[in-house]
Amino acid sequence: MRVKVKLEARTPGLTFQDLILQLSQFWVKQGCVLQQPYDVEVGAGTMHPETFLRVLGPQPYRVGFVQPSRRPADGRYGENPNRLYKHTQFQVILKPSPVDVQDIYLKSLGAIGIDLKKHDIRFEEDNWESPTLGAWGIGWQVLLDGLEITQFTYFQQSGGIDLDPIAVELTYGLERICAFLQNVESVYALRWSADKTYGYIRLMEEQQLSEYSFDRSDAAAIRAEFELHEKQAKELLDGFKTAEGKSRMRYPLLAAYDHCLKCSHLFNLMDARGVISTTERAALMARVRTLACRTAASYLQQLGAEAAAGVRA
Amino acid sequence: MKPPAKPHPVELLFEIGCEEIPAGMLPKAEEELRVNLEKLLAAEDLSKDVAVETFSAPRRLTAWVHGLPVKQADVELEVTGPPKSVAYDSVGAPTRAALSFAEKQHVHVNSLYLVQTAKGEYLAARQVKVGRTTEQILTAVLPRAVHDLTWPRSMTWTGLDGPRFIRPIRWIVAVLDGKLLKVAVAGISAGDSTRGHRFLGSSAIRVRNFLDYEKKLHSNGVIIRPVRRQEKIGKELEAFAKKGSYRVHEDADLRRLVAYLNEYPTVIQGDFDPAFLNLPDEILVTVMRDHQKYFAVEKKNGELAAQFLAVINADKDGKGIIRAGHERVLRARFADARFFWESDQKCRLADYLPKLERVTYESRLGSYRDKVERIRDIARWLTEQWFNLGIHQAHVAEADRAAELAKCDLATEMVREFPELQGIVGGLYARAQGEPNEVADAVYDHYRPVGLDDPIPRNLTGCAVAFADKLDSVVGCLAVGIVPTGSSDPYALRRASLGIVKIILEKKLPVSLSQAIGAAGKALFAHKPKRAITSDQESKIVDFILDRARFVFREKEQFAYDEVSAVFRSGADDLVDAQKRLVALRAIRKSRNFEPLAVSFKRIRKILEKAGISPGADGRVNPEMFETSVERELHSAAQTAASKVHSLKRGGKYQEALEVVAGLRPVVDRFFDGVMVMAEKEDVRKNRLALLAQLLGEFTTIADFSEIGGEERLS
Repeated sequence: MRVKVKLEARTPGLTFQDLILQLSQFWVKQGCVLQQPYDVEVGAGTMHPETFLRVLGPQPYRVGFVQPSRRPADGRYGENPNRLYKHTQFQVILKPSPVDVQDIYLKSLGAIGIDLKKHDIRFEEDNWESPTLGAWGIGWQVLLDGLEITQFTYFQQSGGIDLDPIAVELTYGLERICAFLQNVESVYALRWSADKTYGYIRLMEEQQLSEYSFDRSDAAAIRAEFELHEKQAKELLDGFKTAEGKSRMRYPLLAAYDHCLKCSHLFNLMDARGVISTTERAALMARVRTLACRTAASYLQQLGAEAAAGVRA
Repeated sequence: MKPPAKPHPVELLFEIGCEEIPAGMLPKAEEELRVNLEKLLAAEDLSKDVAVETFSAPRRLTAWVHGLPVKQADVELEVTGPPKSVAYDSVGAPTRAALSFAEKQHVHVNSLYLVQTAKGEYLAARQVKVGRTTEQILTAVLPRAVHDLTWPRSMTWTGLDGPRFIRPIRWIVAVLDGKLLKVAVAGISAGDSTRGHRFLGSSAIRVRNFLDYEKKLHSNGVIIRPVRRQEKIGKELEAFAKKGSYRVHEDADLRRLVAYLNEYPTVIQGDFDPAFLNLPDEILVTVMRDHQKYFAVEKKNGELAAQFLAVINADKDGKGIIRAGHERVLRARFADARFFWESDQKCRLADYLPKLERVTYESRLGSYRDKVERIRDIARWLTEQWFNLGIHQAHVAEADRAAELAKCDLATEMVREFPELQGIVGGLYARAQGEPNEVADAVYDHYRPVGLDDPIPRNLTGCAVAFADKLDSVVGCLAVGIVPTGSSDPYALRRASLGIVKIILEKKLPVSLSQAIGAAGKALFAHKPKRAITSDQESKIVDFILDRARFVFREKEQFAYDEVSAVFRSGADDLVDAQKRLVALRAIRKSRNFEPLAVSFKRIRKILEKAGISPGADGRVNPEMFETSVERELHSAAQTAASKVHSLKRGGKYQEALEVVAGLRPVVDRFFDGVMVMAEKEDVRKNRLALLAQLLGEFTTIADFSEIGGEERLS
């Protein structure tokens, strides 16, 4: 049974792709570099090196990018209208944080067709933390008529390092916002483009990847992969300690970070498969965190070396 | 002479403008800002006739200080200089020392005078310390008052050297007596311009004083007084309820929270699909309250209505756009809950038991699967005891089943999504799957009571499981060295102990705490990970629980500190019995003989302590050795009283027994008036001490009177 509700007479909202275009355009006008999604599996935009590493160190930076984010445990075989194995974030990093950052953010909502005066918009306490990245921040979830549409965070630490200056991270949940704009109940009914739905484009992926991560993944193989990636990350990080001069500046810390991201995703796969106990869970997370924190510390040293050599001055 | 005209008092308006401060923290911050200002002003002698009021809304903390003087009062001081002998020469003329003292004090040498001090006569000068202006003082005080606010977790929004606060500070208003006060807080210079509601007001509003500020903010969409916001919400909730002829599902915490979550709260009503009413009320209410901060509404018969009331931060929702949005969100949330309700029950509650292996309780105490086995053992022990003592509602099999199922919901999707519903979800699933009501209710209730005023489980089976679960937590954690300190009690062991005490007292359950702890210790050793506890730990655990019992007797039952001490000194292993003795003691306390007898008992205890004899010690009293009639009299009165007290005690007649003890007062008094206990002859002395030791030992088994009276000690 459907409940009749009085709906605002409005033109059908932005398509999924237009939503991405509008947000991209808005933030480019704010001086952001428009980046691309990272090509290693991540659980959130925060793990993109453009966030995790760029917020470290003193250099100002503004960037925006779309990040498809894989959360195997959230998969629902394409049967739940709101939960996805892979959802899409639009992430913005503003470093240092501008004094009028809330106002700029609210203007971005205007840019995607939300009339702020007609809605109930609220900033409710929600401090974000990623135990696997050694990252946390203070901020809010932004609610639009009771719907959580954005995570708004003043980053305090990344990779266990106190940030200076402070960057703001804005993470828009694109499916939710789009469903709101188009007034549809299921994410699969979203219009992605003028003639294709979100379901047409993504449903098969949701079904298959849920089936894989809940029922068919090989837990032992995944565990072994985890160990392998961890080993490589460690070796790379150990090697950095003795790297000197020119070879220090081009030392592949970014590759070490990729292995760390792999570990994080493999951990998520094991979790979805239900093969880790709570105690082991904490221990595995700590192992990934150690890699992330070591990468961050080494990256800062490398930045310092580069600054000293005048590479990026 | 006419006294100088009293200067006109002035007022300060001070506002800290912020990005949204978490609603739950505002009430405390508001209070703290007031206290800080009062303290800092008092330290500057500026508190007389001064009133500090503070208010808050999500984007601001505001102080209104009125009745301020324009400046501090001038203070006269006396400065002492060199001693007279050094200051004046033999003919009484000022020396160089005196002259230089005068110069240093900027006074004429003739205005110096002599004062008498403890060390002799000294030269002195009178100085007037001119009071600083309130403006000067506030410039120093205001940044301090803000800096000294404490927050659970502060942040920086610029960098490591930047200011710290709960959220970024974006503007400061400081207006003293209508004029801008030059002060900087968190690196921001104060102005006389505030900001209204984000969407309903202007972002630059000049203000002159508090009343002007309050009025202008109101027309710019901000109600600055939290009480007024709460009133507005209350009125609108009632109006909707009246219109729909239902009532609001009462929730005082939610009312308070939404008042602090909105600068201009307005209540709107929404509907949801009545089909969702098939879900249990507990789940619907939790989704509405905890996740969406909506008020649920009830029909007259108490059933939930398919409606909700939301508080929005806007002045109206003319076209129902906001309403439609909130309805949409709630629909998705309810759909999720229904999905969990159905998918969780594809298997039976007991089937989740093996999954508890993977849910750790505490690393050294194993998983919840291990904890369940321990809870079962303890619950069985308790119910068997009770049943054998003639309590017919003690059902061993049902308690065992409830204990087996109690933690299963921790592995369900529903509890993963709504952790605050642990226990409740298990109870609901148990009932839906045909477990007996007694078992389902026990599972549902077993986390109770969660505080001093929370009810205990509704049936005895629930009480047994709750008792067993809590006791296992306390015994297990203390056994592996998790001891609550100060405000840190991550496993809520104090609350667990409080729960145990409440259950025992309210159900009047006969149980020996030490034996119950022994049973829990056995369970701890019988199951993985097989921890052992020492007898020293056992007695520490008894003390830990008794400490909460003292608290309950004092806070909940209003017994006096010394009454509780007196009864506990005579033993409190059986709390129900201790409670009976407390009631008797409180009743007898008013009687004429009581307090003087308590004084005598205290005296006896001191005498014995000094002589190194413990009360009730085995020293034989030899009536042949008595030298006076008062000794004989006390001895025989005590013997008669003792046999009476014994039989009254056996019958549970504590008050009558205590009355008999109190009746000993005249003979005790006569004894002390008539004899010297510490007689010179050793055997006489020993005999008298033995008599007193016997007296104290015999008559302090209900309550130790020697604890009564004296100073109140704070625990």
